Amino acid sequence: MIEGFAAALPANAWNWVAVWRRNYLAWKKVALVSLLGNLADPMIYLFGLGTGLGIMVGRVDGASYIAFLAAGMVAVSAMTASTLETLYAAFARMHSQRTWEAMLYTHVTLGDIVLGELAWAATKAFMAGTAITIVTATLGYAAWPSVLYALPIIALTGCVFASLAMIVTALSPSYDYFVFYQTLVLTPMLFLSGAVFPLDQLPGAFQQIARCMPLSHAIDLIRPVMLDRPISGIALHVGVLALYALLPFFLSMALLRRRLMR
Amino acid sequence: MSQDQKHQVLKRKLGPEDLRRFETPAIERESHGQTSAKSSVPDSLSTVAVDFAGVTKSYGNKIVVDELSFSVASGECFGLLGPNGAGKSTIARMLLGMTCPDAGTITVLGVPVPARARLARRGIGVVPQFDNLDQEFTVRENLLVFGRYFGMSTRQSEAVIPSLLEFARLERKADARVSELSGGMKRCLTMARALINDPQLIVMDEPTTGLDPHARHLIWERLRALLARGKTIILTTHFMEEAERLCDRLCVLEKGRNIAEGGPQALIDEHIGCQVMEIYGGDPHELLSLVKPHSQRIEVSGETLYCYAPDPDQVRTQLQGRAGLRLLLRPANLEDVFLRLTGREMEE
Repeated sequence: MIEGFAAALPANAWNWVAVWRRNYLAWKKVALVSLLGNLADPMIYLFGLGTGLGIMVGRVDGASYIAFLAAGMVAVSAMTASTLETLYAAFARMHSQRTWEAMLYTHVTLGDIVLGELAWAATKAFMAGTAITIVTATLGYAAWPSVLYALPIIALTGCVFASLAMIVTALSPSYDYFVFYQTLVLTPMLFLSGAVFPLDQLPGAFQQIARCMPLSHAIDLIRPVMLDRPISGIALHVGVLALYALLPFFLSMALLRRRLMR
Repeated sequence: MSQDQKHQVLKRKLGPEDLRRFETPAIERESHGQTSAKSSVPDSLSTVAVDFAGVTKSYGNKIVVDELSFSVASGECFGLLGPNGAGKSTIARMLLGMTCPDAGTITVLGVPVPARARLARRGIGVVPQFDNLDQEFTVRENLLVFGRYFGMSTRQSEAVIPSLLEFARLERKADARVSELSGGMKRCLTMARALINDPQLIVMDEPTTGLDPHARHLIWERLRALLARGKTIILTTHFMEEAERLCDRLCVLEKGRNIAEGGPQALIDEHIGCQVMEIYGGDPHELLSLVKPHSQRIEVSGETLYCYAPDPDQVRTQLQGRAGLRLLLRPANLEDVFLRLTGREMEE
């Protein structure tokens, strides 16, 4: 059992790149549409909520509401982009298109495939998050150049949510089950992580829950750099995010091995 | 016909041009600086390409492969013949290390599988039952991307792609999307894709299922070209005709058990040994008693009576004067062997 799991792990440090490049090539053919699709949703939220609610809310934590919201939307866009890629697109490659099966005939191991898929989903998250960061910085809602520190955090956030979504992909019998993850996990997380309003508004118990959510750690890192403020507890936030990226990776690998190599 | 004789015949059919194309494996010609896929497989010159010994696999209470043993020699086309559900695809998956047997040992190209399956896969090409090409990519891109999974650089893949396109007869379709190809072309591309790592062993899982007769003949012809090139082929099929045409040896599977093994003609001679008369157009049970004394064996399947008769003229005489009967005298084939061994029709 353990031997079998070891054989399914990534074969080396670079094999996954072939999987990543396959997805990149497929994406290149529809790049513009894909980017616009990824950008539209968070942009609408940002300007819809930011300007609409902003009039009523006024300033939040010393910043305009739209600048406060911008950091949240950057993190949320990374979360959404990598989640959707891993749930729908990776599931299609595993299940209906049998792309993974073809890969398994080669030097590539299951671990390489999972790693390549996660890296690709994180790349898409990085592109979506970066695009919004650029737009908000250009419009003056984010501080320049400290906003650049947000970029690696966006990538890490992408890894985290790709990794978590891979568990759902590994367990789902069909596409229909993804909606449960989206509505029961991601949507509550959106409201419990300080993306749209400050966490200290919440009752104590909810604040405790929020501290366990990966999205709140991502926002705790992204918001200060976008607003050019000092960050506290960098190591803790990065550490939690790293755990959220790594542990689900191994868990999803084990689940996928059981599913595909039985 | 011995295996050597058979190859000689194939070579004559192929003609010198075809053979020259296959004399030098494409990857070896171009693989400067790359570890050749072929050379890194230990025992690549071993005469046994694949060995299954007492392999058992079950899912829950269902035994899918039952104490299966067989050996495939280098350069031969070995068939796994059986109805759907006989365990053919599971055997192919175990051979590739994609699923572990519950008991028994598997050796592929001198390497224990699944323990060192990744190493074994260097020398294996796979043509799967279900199309898993990248539909949104062009023909060329499919080959390029697949080469990368074997660690081949773009330059290395591009060097072998022309010969692969030529093999697949897709030179003019190199930049066409896969979704624009016909079923036969897709299967040819899948075969070409399986050759990108210049494998010694090619596993073909139901390669002609779902193809029209033209495409099927094209695939058979390409498959023979691979044999002429010295490749070892494991072919799973439920088409008796396909197995009879292509396989040097085959094993007949029923419920995961090896119920007979040998060359197609040897199996036919051993289990049937005479011509077969098919009789239809009447009540088979009524006819049964008429022809029984003159038959070695009789099978009824649906409305057809299969009469294994050493002297068919006697049967003909018995049936003379009966209106509406149609008689067909033909040489025995593998299907007859299968019916004989399992006592029922193949489940399509």
